[in-house]
Amino acid sequence: MMSNGGDSSEIVRELEELKLKKAEIEHRISTLEAKLQDTATVERYDAVSNGDSYLTAPELEHGLSPDQIYRYSRQLLLPSFAVEGQSNLLKSSVLVIGAGGLGSPALLYLAACGVGRLGIIDHDVVELNNMHRQIIHTEAFIGHPKVKSAAAACRSINSTIKVDEYVEALRTSNALEILSQYDIIVDATDNPPSRYMISDCCVLLGKPLVSGAALGMEGQLTVYNHNGGPCYRCLFPTPPPTSACQRCSDSGVLGVVPGVIGCLQALETIKLASMVGEPLSERMLLFDALSARMRIVKIRGRSSQCTVCGDNSSFNKKTFKDFDYEDFTQFPLFAGPLNLLPAESRISSKEFKEIFQKKEQHILLDVRPSHHFKIVSLPDSLNIPLANLEARLNELTSALKEKEDGHVNTGSCTNPSVYVVCRRGNDSQRAVQYLRESGFDSAKDIIGGLEAWAANVNPNFPTY
Amino acid sequence: MQFTLEFGGGLELLCDSVKIHKVNINLLNDSDILTMKDLLSWVRTNLIKERPEMFMKGDTVRPGVLVLVNDCDWELSGQLDTTLEDKDVIVFISTLHGG
Repeated sequence: MMSNGGDSSEIVRELEELKLKKAEIEHRISTLEAKLQDTATVERYDAVSNGDSYLTAPELEHGLSPDQIYRYSRQLLLPSFAVEGQSNLLKSSVLVIGAGGLGSPALLYLAACGVGRLGIIDHDVVELNNMHRQIIHTEAFIGHPKVKSAAAACRSINSTIKVDEYVEALRTSNALEILSQYDIIVDATDNPPSRYMISDCCVLLGKPLVSGAALGMEGQLTVYNHNGGPCYRCLFPTPPPTSACQRCSDSGVLGVVPGVIGCLQALETIKLASMVGEPLSERMLLFDALSARMRIVKIRGRSSQCTVCGDNSSFNKKTFKDFDYEDFTQFPLFAGPLNLLPAESRISSKEFKEIFQKKEQHILLDVRPSHHFKIVSLPDSLNIPLANLEARLNELTSALKEKEDGHVNTGSCTNPSVYVVCRRGNDSQRAVQYLRESGFDSAKDIIGGLEAWAANVNPNFPTY
Repeated sequence: MQFTLEFGGGLELLCDSVKIHKVNINLLNDSDILTMKDLLSWVRTNLIKERPEMFMKGDTVRPGVLVLVNDCDWELSGQLDTTLEDKDVIVFISTLHGG
């Protein structure tokens, strides 16, 4: 493998180049196709003005072109949707925030059904471990912005709609300006600060919010801030404790579960945009995939006491721009590394490799949950999950004792050190902090966890 | 009185990962009524096996937990003062944020 290092990096570079070129070409094709359609329409109008009206498309009051009539015919044939519904849809604009598990199916359906203008905002790039649920993306876009990938997919399904790309994170500084350009907002994000920020912004701008969430085997869906209904804060005035907020990347999710919720988000959005049916406002849909149960419950209406949408609210655009949502929810907008420990309590993955190679006496403690440990682990590591560390501290003590006893026989005099590892290097810091407080003065954390080990030491070590 | 209690959105992890509990709660005497406040303290004592702070804060549920009595938000029936009746279905659900 090492001897081919030069070749493979060359191949990777060329692949990247080709993929970029391919995306550019696809973009150019959809632009040209849209242009062609416009030209065709103009030519038809020219024919009308020349008096050949029996050879041209009839002028129709609803404004749908012959191509649109054909493309959307199955929706036009629905008596409850019909030409009015389609016409409203074509005039509407929708912003989908997040092109992940929820956003993927939502965007595919919204593009396909003919929402006139579709905005996509996300700061992230496509990763291999997204593919099982974020079905809008293809392998060719791994490493590229999710927005680019999602926009290309939407254009390839429907080249006649306008797709706006925002390759950036949504923040209080850009939210008002971006959201104000759309009729309906779809919250397909994955964290509490974003959810509060988006809801508050929708209240300020008077936009309906189609909000979905999914984790593990469960999903939830509702429409906020619609027709006098509640906003997110009416329902959840106080943020939950941080320990109750899990991300799919930490707790896992079955791909189809956000898929179901994302599809339902598209459905609620289509209903709002086309002004058809009864939106899921003041009601919430709860989906439990394992027991195959879907229940719709009645939730409270708008609260007159709500700090944002209530009667005496002083919340305005200025308050919004200055509001610290990460501080309010005690939760980061983006998953980033923790920095709990001083440098002397930490070592890098490369330094740990040397300890490994020199066969220095040590205990490697892996504090991940046991089902993570079963996926992959470093050799000779002891697994005590962080949650059980306090209760199972004696296991660490006896493991250390065993090493020390073994050591006496070899005549060495250094005490074995404790190195702590986890998946990304956050829990390992919490564990080291606890261990040092409990008298394990040699405890050190391996910076960046197993992900750093895979990135810097052993590229063949699986990450997940 | 018989009740069906359901836990979801991760709250089931606090009661041995069992989502649906059919329970029987006896009143002290016939004239007494049972409110949500009584039920919450019964649940905390009898069903919650770990991390009670993930279920309750003070004498009510922690922020981020929705309580539904017969598929209806307890805000609409009087929260802690909601009077319960035989065979009521009470759902405790933690709000999800993932996506």
